[in-house]
Amino acid sequence: MSEELTGGAHSGRPSATSRRGFLRGAGLAGAGLVAGTGVARAASPDPLITEVQPWAQFLGDGVDAAPYGKPSRHEAHVIRRNVEWLTADTSSSVNFTPIHELDGIITPNGVCFERHHAGVADIAPQDYRLMINGLVDRELVFTLQDLLRLPRENHVYFLECAANSGMEWRGAQLNGAQFTHGMIHNCMYTGVTLRTLLNEAGVKPEGSWLLAEGADASAMSRSIPMEKALDDCMIAFKMNGEALRPEQGYPVRLIVPGWEGNMWVKWLRRLEVGDAPWHHREETSKYTDLLADGRARRFTWEMHAKSVITNPSPQAPILHGHGPTVITGLAWSGVGKIARVDVSIDGGRNWAQARISGPSFDKSLHRFYFEFDWDGRELLLQSRAIDDAGYVQPTKEALREFRGVSSVYHNNGIQTWHVHSNGEAENVEVS
Amino acid sequence: MSRFLKSTLICAGAAFAALPVMAQTYGLGRAALPEEVAAWDIDIRPDGAGLPDGSGDVWTGEDLYEAQCAHCHGTFGEGMGSWPVVAGGHGTLTHEHPEKTIGSYWPYLSTVWDYVNRAMPYGMAQSLTPDEVYAITAYLMYLNDLVDDDFELSRENFTDVRLPNEDGFYMDDRVELEWPLFTQEPCMSDCKPEVQVTMRAAVLDVTPDDPIADARRAQARAMAAASGGGDAPASTSDAEPEAKPDEEASAAHSPELIAQGESLYRACRTCHQVGDGARNAVGPMLNGILGRSAGTVDGFRYSPVLTEAGDTGLIWTEETVSEFIADPRGYLPRNRMSYAGMRDADERRALVAYLSTYSE
Repeated sequence: MSEELTGGAHSGRPSATSRRGFLRGAGLAGAGLVAGTGVARAASPDPLITEVQPWAQFLGDGVDAAPYGKPSRHEAHVIRRNVEWLTADTSSSVNFTPIHELDGIITPNGVCFERHHAGVADIAPQDYRLMINGLVDRELVFTLQDLLRLPRENHVYFLECAANSGMEWRGAQLNGAQFTHGMIHNCMYTGVTLRTLLNEAGVKPEGSWLLAEGADASAMSRSIPMEKALDDCMIAFKMNGEALRPEQGYPVRLIVPGWEGNMWVKWLRRLEVGDAPWHHREETSKYTDLLADGRARRFTWEMHAKSVITNPSPQAPILHGHGPTVITGLAWSGVGKIARVDVSIDGGRNWAQARISGPSFDKSLHRFYFEFDWDGRELLLQSRAIDDAGYVQPTKEALREFRGVSSVYHNNGIQTWHVHSNGEAENVEVS
Repeated sequence: MSRFLKSTLICAGAAFAALPVMAQTYGLGRAALPEEVAAWDIDIRPDGAGLPDGSGDVWTGEDLYEAQCAHCHGTFGEGMGSWPVVAGGHGTLTHEHPEKTIGSYWPYLSTVWDYVNRAMPYGMAQSLTPDEVYAITAYLMYLNDLVDDDFELSRENFTDVRLPNEDGFYMDDRVELEWPLFTQEPCMSDCKPEVQVTMRAAVLDVTPDDPIADARRAQARAMAAASGGGDAPASTSDAEPEAKPDEEASAAHSPELIAQGESLYRACRTCHQVGDGARNAVGPMLNGILGRSAGTVDGFRYSPVLTEAGDTGLIWTEETVSEFIADPRGYLPRNRMSYAGMRDADERRALVAYLSTYSE
């Protein structure tokens, strides 16, 4: 690594004498002052300003040109992407949220990553049924209409696949935040708490576990301890204000805040109350964490604190040259809120606190920013999340010390992007 | 163990008794009928709860497995392509690339029975009878060297079976084991003497092609070159040109019909590949199917009935493919294609039009 990265001069904290630091300190972020300090000059007038442009002269599309609106055609590259070699077939596979193209904390519905085990079930709302059975006073069947008559709540939660970053256990593998960290999305859900719903059926005193089961062709099933179910789980029929997308479980999915995405059963058809876990395929053969000694952890439900810098990143290099530069990223914890995010530009040698902007919700994505003057030197960018339980996102090496490299799931280690002096970024590991 | 479950266990039953009881209900929903519960309540537990009456032996299971499972999971459970390996792998859990199979990793036989019953065969879920699930489960035990070939599995002897790795699992202990280290106050400055890059993802070169990212990287290099330098990452191999479907569509069919067929083909693509690089998968690849004798794609293991049909003169034409797709099992009884049939003649015409665009 080049010497400037290990030197102490650029510690990662915005220097008090940098222009940004000065402006913020002086509270004088006026354009006139910036102009006086040497803003770029154009060589000739910009025709985009001096000439009348077609969109300023001719009529555009009227209302109803797109009764359901889509992103600008100039944003057509903002799409979920699949890593084809990962799986045998797209019907049992995963794609990835383009987190390097997004900002704020909410993931737009159309780019929320998909994970299916037997493709997308297509269920008409009038054909939807939810059954509650097992150790309850009353075994019940609900229609969607019935569910819409129960009191509703709104909550913002992230959903992260337990295998997010799972391809990186043995080392840097995929060049893109979308591929290393894109099995995550963050939405506002509208629905009914399981506390309310299960009360309709009446859970018997010995009912300590819940089986959630999907209506798709994999009949996805997971065991959930009753205490969690009654704590903050819910069924949702809306995401970000509109009906669930088909690929997210339309018309009804389960919400299991802060816990691995596989438990958020889509196309939910049944909740069974029992007195022991079921040990089904997705909690034995899969979603168990094999450790170096050949034994495996089971029921590793919680997603622990994690963060990633989304820009710059391998798919989104710095293209503006030297000067004011915004680093941004996402942080989250399945245990609670994010208390703080630190950023390092020298591979973890020195750290500075980033700025969190936007609402800070429990078990939700948090957006952080770190602004600094980039002088074109190479950077080794890292971010480190600290949640309100005091958990500090560990390095990948620290995780490997405990777990080896075969556990597939729950890789929440610190990510490094190597930014070259031309602005390109690549996925690396550092000492 | 997670902090969460720990508190659950410590509080034991008291936790639930302490929950505020909502005496009132909204009285919504209706009583589930016993037939309805029986239809949906299919789950099985390690203690045998939920198992229906029935039995099946290894030999019966072998026939079922060969016909309905082997095309994905392999004749010996070794897994075809990227489909799951279900047998072998014994003693590999500490290896660099562990093989997590029923015999080497899964803790409970009930998981096998439950999963086969609820989700297999892939693409034709919940089509097996309880006896068939017992038989396939028995055969999977045989493939994993857990029983001899005269074994019969039944509801009665089910819970006598123990899988070798049952004791290989323990409750999540991340909080007890890892949190003491991961909750320490983090270092902020001079945290390590020097930093070296130890590994680059670009060396593996397995990242999917992303044209916009490529364009941005090219822009970064061009800008740096124009301004007299700027270090770029060491080069990696260029992405392969993207595979394109055969654009020379049959003149006999309209683009709309072909597009409709492409949409309908989604029902087929779980098992059949078509287009550039198509390989045999669960079913044979379909490039050039029209005009070909039935059962003749190189390297695909057909059912005897399909090979025989080809030998006796069946040629796939727009008409014969359409008749076959309408009712595969009626058209060629005992063939292995697990597809119920496409009843709508217009849809079949569209599907055939789509297939006609892929020549050999």
